[in-house]
Amino acid sequence: MPELMQFLFSGVTVGAVYALVALGFTIIYNASDVVNFAQGEFAMLGGMIAVFAVSAGMPLPLAAVVAIIVTGLIGIGLNKLAIEPARGAPVVSLIIITIGAAIFIKGATKLIFDKQLHRLPAFSGDTPIQLMGATILPQSLWVIAGAIGVFIGLWLFFTRTLIGRAVLATSNNRLAAQLVGINIKWVMTLAFSLSAAIGALAGVLITPITLTSYDVGIALALKGFAAAMLGGMGNPKGALVGGIVLGLLEAMTAGYISSQYKDAAAFIVILMVLFFMPQGLFGLKSTDRV
Amino acid sequence: MLTVEGLRSRYGRIEVLHGIDLTVTSGEIVTVVGANGAGKTTLLRCLSGVQPVTAGSITFRGEAFTSVPAHRRLKLGLAQAPEGRQIFTNLSVEENLRLGAFLFNDERVHRDMENAFNMFPILKEKRNQVAGGLSGGQQQMLAIARALMGRPACLLLDEPSMGLAPLLVQQIFDVIQGLKALDVTVLLVEQNAFGALSIADRGYVMETGQIVMGGPAEDLIADPRIREAYLGI
Repeated sequence: MPELMQFLFSGVTVGAVYALVALGFTIIYNASDVVNFAQGEFAMLGGMIAVFAVSAGMPLPLAAVVAIIVTGLIGIGLNKLAIEPARGAPVVSLIIITIGAAIFIKGATKLIFDKQLHRLPAFSGDTPIQLMGATILPQSLWVIAGAIGVFIGLWLFFTRTLIGRAVLATSNNRLAAQLVGINIKWVMTLAFSLSAAIGALAGVLITPITLTSYDVGIALALKGFAAAMLGGMGNPKGALVGGIVLGLLEAMTAGYISSQYKDAAAFIVILMVLFFMPQGLFGLKSTDRV
Repeated sequence: MLTVEGLRSRYGRIEVLHGIDLTVTSGEIVTVVGANGAGKTTLLRCLSGVQPVTAGSITFRGEAFTSVPAHRRLKLGLAQAPEGRQIFTNLSVEENLRLGAFLFNDERVHRDMENAFNMFPILKEKRNQVAGGLSGGQQQMLAIARALMGRPACLLLDEPSMGLAPLLVQQIFDVIQGLKALDVTVLLVEQNAFGALSIADRGYVMETGQIVMGGPAEDLIADPRIREAYLGI
């Protein structure tokens, strides 16, 4: 039993990170139907920038804020320099551009920073908390709180604010969005900066537990993508649930089968979802009448 | 209110508008009729800023309009209910209407929505339903209502009767005629020449990217060439 609790805790922690990455996917997908494979690089950047800000002498909270803001600006840069000039290109081309951007960001990070593994100090100490016979790190609670906080924020944004609905409207019908006065360039800028900032937050939160280096982005992007697919692309609730379920699957696979097969869990999930329920757990079947 | 001079536009290397001249005066209902492929929709796309103009000018309420970006035109008073309705199919009827007033955040939004529901009671009934599930006629009503939520001085309507049952066509035309009372000037593009000309003040006939005839609507309806070519009489 304590064993199971331990796996649950680690599964939920990792799942919360996947959920954060998946939530980042959600925003850009909702604005443009593009799956941004550079989403994992945003998480990597968040961690790396925070690490180097701390080693430059900044206090941790300030370093975290700087990392999130700088990554948000890099997200805007990605949109302005790579996505916006390709306006009108098919969605698949835009997705390929984001893959290229991910490789570029990874390479640039390797040059600007270094190739080492880095860690950040935990936000509230490293003393594990005893809970129901198992232990959980205080940093895990930060990660889980971060995922839940971002989920609530995004859910309110998309369902309760006019700008959130303008984002949904833009992805549904760009022509009509312009005709009602929505500046779709601005919506895209907003989507990329928000996604990047959320990705960076994920990176900052997880680095004290998992360490970071220039090349952690692609794995996070794929896991986050699996989580988003499982939950239903574009739905914040789906991203949260998909992330947690995927994290739990991974932890159980590692615990009861073998940690060698841990990563396979995510890819089996992607295949299963694509085969049997491509709309995911919470995705809407499209109901267009023509 | 709206003046178009020598307007030309192309898709790639193929020019589809060969110098259009047209005026709409405040308070009028003006219609542009013509066959499929005459360039009517392209003309409206130019007016709302989603189609590049290669030559000529658009002036709206005395302001040069040709290079104003699409999303700023509504703010200046020009709305469009585009061809094929183009509603937001993933959002509810009410959200569609609210987004029609995206530029506004005041008391009047609520009142305008009530007016829209009075104009089209069926939309009130379905206000919380996803707009993609509405019938074609209901979607057309939503498209018009959404455009009106933007408080336009001038409304561009592209083929509002397309694909609708005759009874609904009549209802839509009645609504368009009623816009006069709301001080909304209308430019109506239609293949249904008879229906459009019978509610319009003036009309233009468009053929292969050119205006070939224009004048008071009743004169056009009476013109033997129009009767033969477009009215099937």
